[in-house]
Amino acid sequence: MPNDIILTMRGIRKSFPGVVALAGVDFEVASGEVHVLLGENGAGKSTLVNILSGACRKDSGEIRLAGRPVEIKNPRHSRELGISIIYQEFNLIPGLSAGENIFLGHEPANFAGLIAHRQIHAEASRLLRELGVDLDPRTPVRRLGVAQQQMVEIAKALSVEAKVLIMDEPTSALTDREIRELFAVIRRLQAKGVAIIYISHRLAELFEVGDRVTVLRDGRHVATEDISAVTPAQLVRLMANRALAEHFPKQKVPAGEELLRVEQLSRGRVLRDLSFSLRRGEVLGLAGLLGSGRTELARVLFGVECSTAGTISIKGRPVRINSPAAAIKLGLGYLTADRQAQGLVPILSLQENLSLPNLGRLARLGVVNRRAETALARRFVAELRIKTPGLWQKVMYLSGGNQQKVVLSKWLAGEAEIFICDEPTRGLDVAAKVEIYQLMNRLTARGAGIIMISSELPEILGMSDRILEMHQGRLTAEFDANAATQERILQAALGHPAGSRR
Amino acid sequence: MADRKIFTAHSRQLGTLLGLLALCLSLWLLTPHFLTVANLLNVAQQTAINAIIAVGMTFVIISAGIDLSVGSIVAFAGVVLASGLQGGLPIPLAVLAGLAAGWVCGLLNGLLITLGKLPPFIATLGMMSIARGAALVYAGGRPISGFAPEFRQIATGEILWVPAPVILMICVYAAGSFLLARTKFGRYTYAMGGNEQATWLSGVNVRLHKTMVYGLCGVTSALAAVVLTARLNSAQPIAGIMYELDAIAATVIGGTSLMGGQGSLPGTLIGAFIMGVLRNGLNLLGVSSFLQQIIIGAVIIIAVLIDAGLKASQK
Repeated sequence: MPNDIILTMRGIRKSFPGVVALAGVDFEVASGEVHVLLGENGAGKSTLVNILSGACRKDSGEIRLAGRPVEIKNPRHSRELGISIIYQEFNLIPGLSAGENIFLGHEPANFAGLIAHRQIHAEASRLLRELGVDLDPRTPVRRLGVAQQQMVEIAKALSVEAKVLIMDEPTSALTDREIRELFAVIRRLQAKGVAIIYISHRLAELFEVGDRVTVLRDGRHVATEDISAVTPAQLVRLMANRALAEHFPKQKVPAGEELLRVEQLSRGRVLRDLSFSLRRGEVLGLAGLLGSGRTELARVLFGVECSTAGTISIKGRPVRINSPAAAIKLGLGYLTADRQAQGLVPILSLQENLSLPNLGRLARLGVVNRRAETALARRFVAELRIKTPGLWQKVMYLSGGNQQKVVLSKWLAGEAEIFICDEPTRGLDVAAKVEIYQLMNRLTARGAGIIMISSELPEILGMSDRILEMHQGRLTAEFDANAATQERILQAALGHPAGSRR
Repeated sequence: MADRKIFTAHSRQLGTLLGLLALCLSLWLLTPHFLTVANLLNVAQQTAINAIIAVGMTFVIISAGIDLSVGSIVAFAGVVLASGLQGGLPIPLAVLAGLAAGWVCGLLNGLLITLGKLPPFIATLGMMSIARGAALVYAGGRPISGFAPEFRQIATGEILWVPAPVILMICVYAAGSFLLARTKFGRYTYAMGGNEQATWLSGVNVRLHKTMVYGLCGVTSALAAVVLTARLNSAQPIAGIMYELDAIAATVIGGTSLMGGQGSLPGTLIGAFIMGVLRNGLNLLGVSSFLQQIIIGAVIIIAVLIDAGLKASQK
């Protein structure tokens, strides 16, 4: 057990309207330790990290840094305390050089108060060398690759002498070789005594880089173990320890006629030679890591982006889908991963959002039939049990689960039959998730087909009839839901094909 | 429950209306010349031109855009109309030619923004200069004046003592409100302004509708040009300078959010009247025109500050 504990969190609680994100979590990290933070989406990892970074404030609990209690007030304060965070989305300014980015906000100045560029670049050069990175600090960030940008982020964190460094999914956009290099850098940081909180979904790499692991589930601390003392299977179980059947009320329906057939679909290097089909009554689970091409596939199917090769047929007829409008006419509905940014117009009312794709049928000579519109909205609020104070409530004030129901209603009202659901339960609490699953059951019972993209393995396993695995733009495996296990899918996600397809 | 939105929208407009009434009340106390039928009709008549332009501006701003070219379009549409009249075109045809000129300018704005992917600020800034230049070239830099008395009726005529421009303004607001609140086009305008991406993903032809929004703004500017030309009995290629600021101010004072997705035409009408009454009152009080600019600027800022404060306190 490490003895040089630098950061301790005790009984951390945090609630957001309608959600308890953290229900009394304990966590600690020692100098020179890589402590992995593991959990499903919504388990509370981000909230915990945001409290450390000062992005949000805890409701209660205690944080000690080097033994002294601290109240982290804001991101600036957090940095001053020696806590640095590298988000999945980098916070670099593309037009500035690597060196200027590293010292952004604390530029060394010369005697006249001007920025000392030479000093910046010399210092940056030293920091990058310490990391073992060969990179000219004068290069504008926009010309750097993802891996190099990450090194700039790390150097930026070190430039303020970070004692605790938080890395959020640092490998999600890196190639295997770049990951090796990142790990080498992490080891050098460890040797310098930096404490590292490492967040990742990729189980395999945790075993390579981590010292200890803490598992969170539903806002609670589940376990803290030495990495050497656990197996991947144990971790998966700890993360998702639920009676699967209970939380995934899957109702099987016999698959009917073929709704959608995709043959040799490609888009540049993002999607390569994809072939699959979807039948009535079926949920096709699409598993794979972030960046494996799952969302791109959804966007091509819905006409947001164009394919460069291949054919799409709907109910046996080849079709061209070159815009969302065309996709909607063909009976497709798309639940985007980001509801607020792409699925809804947050500032408009529930009723206006629901009718948006359906105004064509609700209007005569361009004039909206308000009575029909209200009737439609009322019907779906009742049918999907959307909790809202009224049809005129702005959707931005609805809870995540109810927002998702509004998006679903948009397509249901248009009588869509092929649903593409990208992370349909992301950010929802357990009860809301179950409701969404029940709605999916009702859709398949009515003869719809669903393509469900999800990063949550239990969800994929619990709700799919068939499972496709994507890796770097290709379909690498296909499982029957009965034959699939978390371990097999995980293996396939890590690039070891385990299914029937190559 | 269904009235919730209507209630909040109305309460916002009620606030602006109270502001207008307070302004009128103070002017009534300050000068005996304000609250006379003749003066009020005069205010309405002077406000009509800005108010008509502000209808198109409201659509544009709700769609999360901006149109800086309205003043120049007023000038261009005016000279097209005037040269048509002098060339012997029948009045309705000349008016149509003027409206068409405004419409084309607006459509060009829209195409530059949708197909050219230019920010609305830049596209309409360019059009502001192009339409102004086109008006100057077309008219040879000189005013075109002297029209048939029938045409001048558009400005001087009255029905039941109400001046024709005021009646036209009321008609434009009625039609605009219907378009905005009751039609697909209006709904798409709000939706595009609220979240363009989500609107497109809902199958709406965003390009087409956005182009039409700017086309509409060109048409209302041209309508204002018809009134202005009839009132001055002359079309001037340098007419309409700074009109964009008055139209934007009326829209924003009226509660339309520059972020898009929110706003209403009754609000804009009240906003236009606040601007009109303020100008009129300051003139009656004999405030110098230099000082007037400072006061009007301050009123715009204060109105928006109050609005922002109210919105923040609602959360």
